[in-house]
Amino acid sequence: MKSKFEEVGLTFPSALWLLVFFLIPTSVIIFYAFKPGDLYGGIQEGWTLDNIKNLFTPHHLVILWRTIWFSLITTAVCLLLALPTGFFLAQTSLKNRRILLLLIVVPFWTSFLIRVFAWKSLLHPEGFLKKTLVFLHFVNDDTLLLYNAGAVLLVMIYTYLPFAILPLFTAAEKFNFNLFEAAMDLGASRSQAFYKVFIPSIKPGILTAFLMVFIPAMGAYVIPDIVGGINNEVLGNKIAQRTFVDRDLPEASSLSLALAMAVLLPMMVIFWLQADSDKKIKKKGF
Amino acid sequence: MNMKRFSFWVTFAVLVFFYLPILMLVITSFNESRFGGVWRGFSMRWYFQLFSEETLWKALKNSLLIGIGATLVSSVLGTLAALSLHRYRSMLQKAHYGLIYTPLVVPDVLMGISLLLFFVTIHLQLGLFTIFVAHTTFCLSYVTFVILSRLQTLDHAIIEAAEDLGANYWQIFWRIKLPQLFPAILSGALLAFTLSIDDFVITFFVAGPGSTTLPIYIYSLMKFGSTPIINALSTVLIVATFAIVWIVQSITREQK
Repeated sequence: MKSKFEEVGLTFPSALWLLVFFLIPTSVIIFYAFKPGDLYGGIQEGWTLDNIKNLFTPHHLVILWRTIWFSLITTAVCLLLALPTGFFLAQTSLKNRRILLLLIVVPFWTSFLIRVFAWKSLLHPEGFLKKTLVFLHFVNDDTLLLYNAGAVLLVMIYTYLPFAILPLFTAAEKFNFNLFEAAMDLGASRSQAFYKVFIPSIKPGILTAFLMVFIPAMGAYVIPDIVGGINNEVLGNKIAQRTFVDRDLPEASSLSLALAMAVLLPMMVIFWLQADSDKKIKKKGF
Repeated sequence: MNMKRFSFWVTFAVLVFFYLPILMLVITSFNESRFGGVWRGFSMRWYFQLFSEETLWKALKNSLLIGIGATLVSSVLGTLAALSLHRYRSMLQKAHYGLIYTPLVVPDVLMGISLLLFFVTIHLQLGLFTIFVAHTTFCLSYVTFVILSRLQTLDHAIIEAAEDLGANYWQIFWRIKLPQLFPAILSGALLAFTLSIDDFVITFFVAGPGSTTLPIYIYSLMKFGSTPIINALSTVLIVATFAIVWIVQSITREQK
């Protein structure tokens, strides 16, 4: 009995805090999404489905589609760059590995806003990258590097790449590279060994990396805001705009609900896949 | 091409990609010109201008205040949470775990708007206090997981030896677990402080008039203000970050 008392005592502070400041606020979003708004930024009595119906207008669907599309491209490029990097880190000597890991992590301890700003000034019409590319005759003087989808994707990849490298490295580190040689002894080519032996055994790492990039990418707000311009708005921008500019909290809530769903569904699929591959690994007895 | 060589070049390119913008920013901050494209000579004028920015110092003060408060509260709550998650295996802890895990996978924008709606609903004035609450909430999960992972690798033989010698749970906690956990609590606290100082999105949602933090100040400069000042400010912050990383690294190396 005393132990139960102690358990509740230990659990109570953090659980209460998160109940009040996380679980209840999250439910408030659902509540607001079904409330009619008034012109002064408040809400009215009664319930309505208008905010939900509003999500399916072409304007919002385009933004939802763009958000998913940007996130998928970002995730794909991050995985493609992170796979060889994780592979290299796992194979190099312990000393090199420590230095390289530090080199990868350190830039990301500097402020996120500053890194976005650094790209903005690089891509700026008067910036270094633009001048260099013009000098090398890669682009014209009137090409705009900023305020387009490419700029948004570039900075998103820059920001989220370490989130893909770290889980892939952790998975690759556990990989037994003797299996690689065994496969080649048995007649597999280098690339066959890579795709048929290495990739399947780091699958859990790939799935984790996918989530670590995809979820924050779906919620991106600052990057499209700073380097994207008005034609590249994503859900995050719309939510902020409805909240701060239009003061339409019910519509901001229904958009947030859409974002939550768009994150939750792929997450559940990944968890299901991960549980599935765990089961298979146990069955094979690795 | 050889797989190993290919992976080396990708890694090399990734590192260049990571450092190029930061390096250019630092160089530009010493440029007399307002823009990065042309070099008009070495100058410290943007740094001098930085010192006369009063709003900056106020924002820094707010950020430090919130950072310290959120770090202290989230470290205490996180330590308790990690201990209970590690010690008990009940339905209550399953729910507790879910409650602590979920904030980690919720996008910042969602957390920001949900807290804003909550504060508006309960008529709480937006300001430093609401920012502190928001920061403590997202720091709590990170701190808990840092400490929990350390708890899972504690040497059980020492704890069992203490139990055999008649120590009770709290004696073991104060005399054995806490000293061994101390580095983890410290690194959890450091992480919380970093996250709090750096947070923009959630803060932006729950900030009120007069509660400008450093990231909000930087953001408003980026949107409406003078860019050379941000270059100088960024360089100062980057140097500070690298110094802290270096100090933490050398401390942890000495311990080993």
